[in-house]
Amino acid sequence: MSLDVANLRAQFPILQRQVNGRPLVYLDSAASAQMPRPVLAAVDHYHRELHSNVHRGVHTLSQQATDAFEGAREKVRAFINARSTREIVFVRGTTEAINLVAQSWGRQNLQAGDEILITHLEHHANIVPWQMLCQAVGAKLVAAPLNQHGEVQLEALQGLLSPRTRLVAVAHVSNALGTVLPVRDIVALAHARGIPVLLDGAQAVAHEVVDVQALDCDFYAFSGHKLYGPTGIGVLYAREALLKLMPPWQGGGDMILTVSIERSTWNDLPWRFEAGTPNISGAIGLGAAIDFVESVGRPAIAAHEGALAARASEALGRLPGLRLVGTATHKAAVVSFTMDGVHPHDIGTILDHEAVAIRTGHHCAMPVMEYYGLPATARASFGCYNNEADVERLVAAVSRVREVFS
Amino acid sequence: MDLRDLYREVILDHNRSPRNFGRLEPADAAANGHNPLCGDRLHVTLKLDGERLDDVRFDGQGCAISVASASLMTEAVKGRSLADVDRLYQQVHALLTEQNYAPPTDLGKLMALGGVREFPVRVKCASLCWHTLHAALEAGRAEAPAVVSTEQP
Repeated sequence: MSLDVANLRAQFPILQRQVNGRPLVYLDSAASAQMPRPVLAAVDHYHRELHSNVHRGVHTLSQQATDAFEGAREKVRAFINARSTREIVFVRGTTEAINLVAQSWGRQNLQAGDEILITHLEHHANIVPWQMLCQAVGAKLVAAPLNQHGEVQLEALQGLLSPRTRLVAVAHVSNALGTVLPVRDIVALAHARGIPVLLDGAQAVAHEVVDVQALDCDFYAFSGHKLYGPTGIGVLYAREALLKLMPPWQGGGDMILTVSIERSTWNDLPWRFEAGTPNISGAIGLGAAIDFVESVGRPAIAAHEGALAARASEALGRLPGLRLVGTATHKAAVVSFTMDGVHPHDIGTILDHEAVAIRTGHHCAMPVMEYYGLPATARASFGCYNNEADVERLVAAVSRVREVFS
Repeated sequence: MDLRDLYREVILDHNRSPRNFGRLEPADAAANGHNPLCGDRLHVTLKLDGERLDDVRFDGQGCAISVASASLMTEAVKGRSLADVDRLYQQVHALLTEQNYAPPTDLGKLMALGGVREFPVRVKCASLCWHTLHAALEAGRAEAPAVVSTEQP
């Protein structure tokens, strides 16, 4: 199950580039993963050979573009084992997927006094859309606490489920801490009370096999660009029984069957939720990214990344004054850390000087930072293309931070 | 581009031991500065003596560049006329952003910020304190007429 990493790296042209005169070490895949040649080629092929609008023309290009676009939808369906492509809505990304659920399903199903349960480790994309919904309908947002390792405890979450809870919306994997949440158990707890569950899968799909039927979740959202695909494309999976009752949230072309000045009738699923010309090249690129990830295999990717992250955590943890933030037992390949007396922003600049690209800041998860009493952390995150040399360069660069600040 | 050009000894020193750190209570004016990109938060309080900046302090948390810049700023502006403070504000801004800027010879320790220009994403870290001071002065000016009226019954 071990990866041929040298061969994999050769698939990613950007890894050849230099930064500040040194070869790039890219450790920011949790923010955005790089694209391999097959994805670049699929997007390029679409633009050179197929480009035209989908679902509209009778001409050859439009038919071929439609086939490629809808073919990508089928790849997504198979990738997450949805029952039907009617359950696969293309959106801009995880953020738009969650906003769609909040504005369509949420406005239809929530009333004043109702509650939405999230956790304290959510990305802003799984907080702010619910706050906006709560303001609009007078509902309340409730957040389950974390323990010191950055884990969400089931008992705590269960204790916050109330007769007024209408939705549970949680991350599958935390972007800031790497914590993998016990989502199957969370779904079971919520479903026992008849409460639907949305999972924010942005950080999960590139690293583990996601089967929406096995998870039994009602909504699952993820982005293409964290899955070695393009930016500006993402997916909302919604259980058909829910999706068919949801009102459209954006109106326009493609989402209708008929339009008169007085009224319109809606298109079938999933197009009812895809107003306007979609991101065709993005969807095709996402399809190619799924093929790529499936060809490498997520169990092998996860094992490889996990080994690198464990090695990095161990080596970094030995450095004086360094503190690992987020030490969950079940954790994805994300290493968040702080250093005594050095702001993460300075760590980021010094690492960039060594051509080591990491994320520094609040990771769009300010409540997590608040929970730990930190303004920010430095975060190294791993992808299938990282290798042991990358870990060594990371550790050497972090040691250099101490030299600069001594 | 050399790291030592950004993290000069003066910068590291002012980061380790920031000068004029804390809050003036009571203060004539105050303002909060926030850099949401990196989470830096600064609070500037000041005392005015007519057209002179009598005293100034800052607190908050931030990266080395932002803390050192704030510390250097308080040293540079304390006791100066508001016209001088405005001039320094302009000069530091030019030092941070203009490639061929020839700074005046009396910028003193503020010259330590000269390396920031080569690190464009860090310019906001160095300028946050100056914007915050500016906002506090604006707030102070807005209150000035009220102060004047109580002193002239």
